[in-house]
Amino acid sequence: MKILVPLKRVADPENANKVKIAAPAGGLAPKIETTGLEWKPNPFDEYALEAALRLTENGTAVKARLGEVIVVTFGPAECDQTLRGALATGADRAIRVDVTDDQLDGDLVARALAKLVDQVKPDLVLMGKQTVDSDSNQVAQLLAAYLGWPQVTFAANIVNEDNKALKIGRVADGGQINVRVQLPAVVNVEDRVVNPKGVTSPPTPATHKYADGVRFAPLPAIMQAKKKPLEVKKLADLGVEAAPKVKYLGYEAPPARKAGVKVKTVAELVDKLKNEAKVL
Amino acid sequence: MADILVVAEIVDGIVKKPTLAAIAFARDAAKAAGGTFAILAVGAGLDAAAKELSACGASKVLVADDPYTKNYLAERFAPTVAAAAKGFGVVAFPAATSGKDLAPRVAAKLGAGYAPDISGFKAEGGKLSYKRPMYAGNAFGWMQVSTPVEVVSVRPTEFTAAEPTGGASAIEKVAVVQDDPAAGKIEFLSFDVVKSERPELTEAKVIVAGGRSVKEKFMDVLSPLADTLGAAIGASRAACDAGYCPTDLQVGQTGKVVAPTLYLAIGISGAIQHLAGMKGSKTIVAINKDPEAPIFQVSDYGLVADLFAVVPELTAAIKAAKA
Ligand SMILES: Cc1cc2nc3c(=O)[nH]c(=O)nc-3n(C[C@H](O)[C@H](O)[C@H](O)COP(=O)(O)OP(=O)(O)OC[C@H]3O[C@@H](n4cnc5c(N)ncnc54)[C@H](O)[C@@H]3O)c2cc1C
Repeated sequence: MKILVPLKRVADPENANKVKIAAPAGGLAPKIETTGLEWKPNPFDEYALEAALRLTENGTAVKARLGEVIVVTFGPAECDQTLRGALATGADRAIRVDVTDDQLDGDLVARALAKLVDQVKPDLVLMGKQTVDSDSNQVAQLLAAYLGWPQVTFAANIVNEDNKALKIGRVADGGQINVRVQLPAVVNVEDRVVNPKGVTSPPTPATHKYADGVRFAPLPAIMQAKKKPLEVKKLADLGVEAAPKVKYLGYEAPPARKAGVKVKTVAELVDKLKNEAKVL
Repeated sequence: MADILVVAEIVDGIVKKPTLAAIAFARDAAKAAGGTFAILAVGAGLDAAAKELSACGASKVLVADDPYTKNYLAERFAPTVAAAAKGFGVVAFPAATSGKDLAPRVAAKLGAGYAPDISGFKAEGGKLSYKRPMYAGNAFGWMQVSTPVEVVSVRPTEFTAAEPTGGASAIEKVAVVQDDPAAGKIEFLSFDVVKSERPELTEAKVIVAGGRSVKEKFMDVLSPLADTLGAAIGASRAACDAGYCPTDLQVGQTGKVVAPTLYLAIGISGAIQHLAGMKGSKTIVAINKDPEAPIFQVSDYGLVADLFAVVPELTAAIKAAKA
């Protein structure tokens, strides 16, 4: 199976509460200030990469690659670092589409990915369900629509049926919806897909249990990753123009919650809930 | 400003509650921008749902009732929604399981820009601007859609569910359109419903949520308190990942977004991804043995204590206070 995994770098999600929004009184800030924050791959994209690796290997002999995982990112040259990290983790080759951060827009990425899919011809596009900066959850669905492919969102577990179809459990309000999708398809994943039994794929024996979470690149692999192919493309190579369908007017900080009080005893807590907050 | 079409979320003939939040948005936005709103129901066996929706003050309720759309699949629903959207300026979905899945696919079919998961709006000169949470709720962006048709999904916790108006909108049948080439490539197999006697998390007025530290006896520890309060049970991702509770109880940026009247965070540290899902709660109570736990920064009432000691005590005290 050939899998295309789009990756995005984001400001470290553990520090999302440190983003700065300098809005004038009563107005909006022109941008969200992320300087000083560390860049990391979007965690959901890392889950997608882990799932892609599990779908293209025998989990008991991961060095022998049984398929191909191609990672792609959109961004300036600094993003090569994100791609190198993915190559070290196990991806086979990488593509960077050279755009500036301010050109990035979910719809543009989806349209460009659609063109890239025509060139790369993957069986599956596997991606994170959302980026933890814009929290939009849209690119997989847009891409599937532009390609005319089926889509499965919020995948929590994936069973590979002969590299031809996937049986997927997707998270829904009140339970899990199970579907079978023929490849080629676009799938986006939940964090749970990297549970020890999140992905079932035939070359890996049913008895094999993956470690919980994503794998880390061993040191030699980081060196070897430098030799793996990394191709740079321009938007124009893909025949796509930046033609945004939405525009951001500006940003504001969330209203601060007023600092609460500490209570000393259960009795005091219940009294406050009953007589002050009036929620009992 | 053109009119707004709300796409209802219906499962097994039942209108899901987030639909009412999307209707509230459409009602208010149409009024502010000078237009009307209609509702579209897609599914199979929709008589009761259509009747319920016709009481919400819409100009009309469009109903696409066909066995083809019995179970939700974007590939089966999107063509019908895109066809019904003709003549509308805004197509609004509840930001719930199928709405989030469907809205972008419809947007792509319509060549429309998409505003995901909006938590507010403004109308100026008939043009709508949308407010939406980003960075796990640590920033809000204001955006506009510049295409002739706009697609939005509406965060259910941020709009008060629409109430029946007493009137009855006209119900109009529309045809189910079957022209998505991908529809033949995907098959609905089953819906594993998590059965619970308790209210659904996203609909509960009170939530008792536990973290990693509640451990293996998660349900035993929290159920008596939840029962006393008539509450839903929620959890942190760490508790779900450890297998202490079903995964669909997860609250947070990547779990459910909730905004109950009362949220009790028990043995939850208050990571930003957890806060993103519950910061909008009216009253927040935190019980944690670490006085420095970040959860105390967002809680109205904090109790520094061992949860295993105070949860039973709290249960008894609330029982007594309610008696
Ligand atoms: C991309 C991404 C998405 C995420 N999405 C979510 C999400 O949607 N929801 C979510 O919840 N998390 C999410 N997380 C995980 C999040 O970062 C935290 O790891 C998680 O919320 C921690 O859960 P916790 O508070 O139960 O555990 P911990 O952080 O381990 O906290 C346990 C707390 O229990 C307290 N404690 C221990 N023993 C006792 C006792 N006996 N009595 C009282 N208190 C006690 C401790 O002081 C501590 O504060 C996400 C992470 C990432 C990277």
